[in-house]
Amino acid sequence: MATLRIKFRPLLAASFAGLAGFILLASCLGYGQAVNSCLDCHSAQPGRLEVTPEKFSQDIHAQKGLTCVSCHGGDATSYDPDQAMSRKAGWKGKIDRRQIPQLCGSCHSNPAYIRQFDPSLRTDQLDQYHTSVHGKRLAAGDAKVAVCIDCHSVHDIRPPSDPRSTVNPVNVAKTCSRCHSDAAYMKQYGIPTDQFAKYNISVHHDAMVVRGDLSAPTCTTCHGNHGAAPPGVDKVQNVCANCHAFQAQMYEKSTHYKAFQAASLPGCVVCHSNHGIHLPSDAMLSTGPGGVCMRCHAPGDKCDRARVAILSNLTQLDGAIKDADQALHLAESSGMEVSEARLAQDQARDSLTKARVTIHTFQPALVDQDVQAGMKIAAANLKAGKDAMVERNHRRIGLGICFIAIAMMLIGLWLYIRKLES
Amino acid sequence: MFAPLIRWLDERIHLDDLIAPFKHKTVPGHRLSYWYFFGGITLFLFIIQVLTGILLLLYYRPGANEAFESVQYIMTRVQFGWLIRSIHAWSANLMIFTAFVHMFSVLFLKAYRKPRELTWVTGVILLVLVMGFGFSGYLLPWNTLAFFATKVGTEIAGQVPIIGKPMMIFLRGGEEVTGATLTRFFGFHVAVLPGLVVVLIAIHLFLVQRQGMSVPPKVEAEWTANPSARREMKFFPNFMLREMMAWYVAMGVLGALAAIFPWNLGVKADPFVSAPAGIKPEWYFLFMFQTLKMIPSKVWIVDGEVLGVLGCSLAGLLWLLLPFFESDKASRAKVWITGLSIFALVYVIGMSVYGYVAN
Repeated sequence: MATLRIKFRPLLAASFAGLAGFILLASCLGYGQAVNSCLDCHSAQPGRLEVTPEKFSQDIHAQKGLTCVSCHGGDATSYDPDQAMSRKAGWKGKIDRRQIPQLCGSCHSNPAYIRQFDPSLRTDQLDQYHTSVHGKRLAAGDAKVAVCIDCHSVHDIRPPSDPRSTVNPVNVAKTCSRCHSDAAYMKQYGIPTDQFAKYNISVHHDAMVVRGDLSAPTCTTCHGNHGAAPPGVDKVQNVCANCHAFQAQMYEKSTHYKAFQAASLPGCVVCHSNHGIHLPSDAMLSTGPGGVCMRCHAPGDKCDRARVAILSNLTQLDGAIKDADQALHLAESSGMEVSEARLAQDQARDSLTKARVTIHTFQPALVDQDVQAGMKIAAANLKAGKDAMVERNHRRIGLGICFIAIAMMLIGLWLYIRKLES
Repeated sequence: MFAPLIRWLDERIHLDDLIAPFKHKTVPGHRLSYWYFFGGITLFLFIIQVLTGILLLLYYRPGANEAFESVQYIMTRVQFGWLIRSIHAWSANLMIFTAFVHMFSVLFLKAYRKPRELTWVTGVILLVLVMGFGFSGYLLPWNTLAFFATKVGTEIAGQVPIIGKPMMIFLRGGEEVTGATLTRFFGFHVAVLPGLVVVLIAIHLFLVQRQGMSVPPKVEAEWTANPSARREMKFFPNFMLREMMAWYVAMGVLGALAAIFPWNLGVKADPFVSAPAGIKPEWYFLFMFQTLKMIPSKVWIVDGEVLGVLGCSLAGLLWLLLPFFESDKASRAKVWITGLSIFALVYVIGMSVYGYVAN
C-alpha cells in the first residue's frame, strides 16, 4: 500500500503566506479599482472646482456606475491633463447652465437607458421642464432661472427618498426658497418672496415637518416640480382637490364656484389663502378676528343669514361633544366603565368633521343634516355619562346599606361572644 | 329548626365524631393572638375568589378576539357584573396582601419552628401559587397593561439558564405572547392552580389542626414562669366567632374598594403597538422587578438578568427551607434568622415603594 508523504518546506510555505497576505492587503486597499484621474486632481482643487471622492461617492450616479466622464467627457484614465481634458477625448469642460437640462435629459429622457437602472423612474422630466416657467425663461435666454442642478445639487445628487436630498419632501420648500426668498435675486421678476416664510407657519408645514407626514403638501405638490408653474386662478380648486376631494366636490356645487369664476377669483385661496394656510376653524365663519365671510358679504344679507345658521349649528355640535366628553371623563374618573360611549364620541366628532366639510356647499340645510346626526350621538353619550354617575351614586348608597348590615352583624357577634364568655 | 336534620345526619354519619376535634381544639389567648386571624382572612378571601371566579366564568370567553369584549360585557351589561369582577380583582390583591402579612407574622412569632416546618413549607408554596394566580389572572382581560406585563414577566422567566427558554415557550404557547398564551393562562388560572391550591390548603389546615396554634417563645416563657397567666379559648365557637368578625371586616373593606374604586378595564391589547412608557408589574412583583432593574447588565462575566433571576430563585429556595436552619437549642442561628426576617420585610417594603415611585 502506497503511503502519501508530504515534506514540509518552510520557504515555500512562507512564500504562499506572503502572497495571500498581499492579495488580502491589496483588496482591502482597493487595489485594482478603476483609475479616476478627475477626482484625484479635483479633490485638491480650491472652491467650486473641488470634488472629493467622498462627495462623489454619495452621488446616486456614482453608485450606479457612472463617472465624471459620463457628463463631462474626457479621459479619466490619463494623469496627463492635456490628454485627460482634450477635446479629442470628448472633454466638454464646465457645462454651460443653458445646456444642463439637455445634458441630463440625454439620459433621463431615454426610457431604454433609464430602464436598466430603475424601470419605474419617469422619463418626462425634460418635456415637463420645457413647459415650466423656468424652462420657458431659459429658452428665452434667461440663465438665472433654475436648471436641474439648482434643485438636485451637483456631484452629490441623492435620490429624493434620501432624507439628505435637497428634493426630499421635507427639504423641497427650503430648496425653492434659496432663489424664491432672495428678494435681490427675484427683483427683476416682480413676484413675492414671502412664500417660504408664510409656508413655515402654515398647517401644511406643520403636517410635513412637525408631524412627519411626508404626504403633506410642499411647493412641488401644488406647483409641480419639473413643470413648475403657478396653478391658474380658475384651477386652484383642482390642485387643492388632489387631497381635499370632498371639500372640492362640495365647493363645485356651491354658489361661490360660479361667482368666483365670474369674478376671476382663485377659488379656495379666497378664504384659505395660499402659502400661509392656517388650520381652518369655525372662527372663519364668525364676524370676529379670523372671520372671512364679511370681507365680501354685507351684514344681514341672505348669505350672512346662512353664515349665522351654519356657525350656530357647528357651535352647537361642538358644545354638545364637549359636554358629553366632560360627563364621560367625570364618570371615568369615578371608576365607571364608559369605554363604549367614549368610542361613540369619535362618531360624533366624525359628524362634526363632516359638517365642517359640508359647509363648502354653503347650504345651511345640508350642514344641518350632518350636525343633527352628530347631536343625536353626542346626546346619547351625554346620557351614558350621566347614567353612569347615577349608577355610581346607587353603588355608594348600596355600599352604605352593606356597611350598616355589616356593622349590625359585628355588634351582634360581639354581644354574643360577651354573653358566651360571661 | 335544624335539630331534626342534624339528628338525622348524626344517625348516619356520626357527626359528633367529625366535629369532636374542633370542640376540643383550643386557641392560646395572649396579647399577640390577633395575628392568628390573618390565615383565616386569607382563606376567606380565597373562598370569595372561588365564588366570584365561578360567576365570572359564566360570561368570560378566553381568546384574543373575545376576552376583552367579554369582560367589557360583564362590566357594563351583566347585572352586578361590575361588582363581581371588582370584588374578584380586589379580593385577589387583598388575599396576596394578607398572605404576606400572615407569612411575616408567622416568621416574627416564630411559629415556623419544629414541629411546624411542613406548615411553613406548604404556606410558602401556597404564597407562590397565589402569586401565580395573580400573574395568570392579570392577563385574562387582555388589556394593554396585562399584555405587556405578561410579555415582560415571561421574558424574565426565560432568563433562567438552560430551562428558561423552553419554560418561556411553554408559558407563552409559542415564541410570542398571543391568544395561545391567553388560553394557556386561563387553563392555569381556573384548573391547574385551583387544584394545587386546594390540595395544599387542605394539607396546611390539617397540619394546623393537628399541631395546634403556636405560642410565641416570649409568651411561652412568661406562662412557664407564671402558669396562672396561661389563657386559652375554645376554637369553636369562641375563636370561630371572632374570626367571623374579622371576615365581616374584610368583607366591608372589599365592598368599599369595589364600590368606590371599581377595577379598571383599560384598553384592549394591541400586539403591534409599543409598550406603554414606564410599564410596571402588579405591586406584589414590584420588589423583585426593581431588584432585577437595579442589577447592572453585566456583573463580571455573568449577564445581570440571569444573575438576578438565579439570585431571586436561590433566595426563594432558602426562604422555603428557613425552618430547617433553626434548631431547638438557643443558638446564633436564631438571632441570624430574626435579623434576616427584619431585613426581608424592610427590603420587600422598601423595594416595592422604590419601584412604585421610580421612573
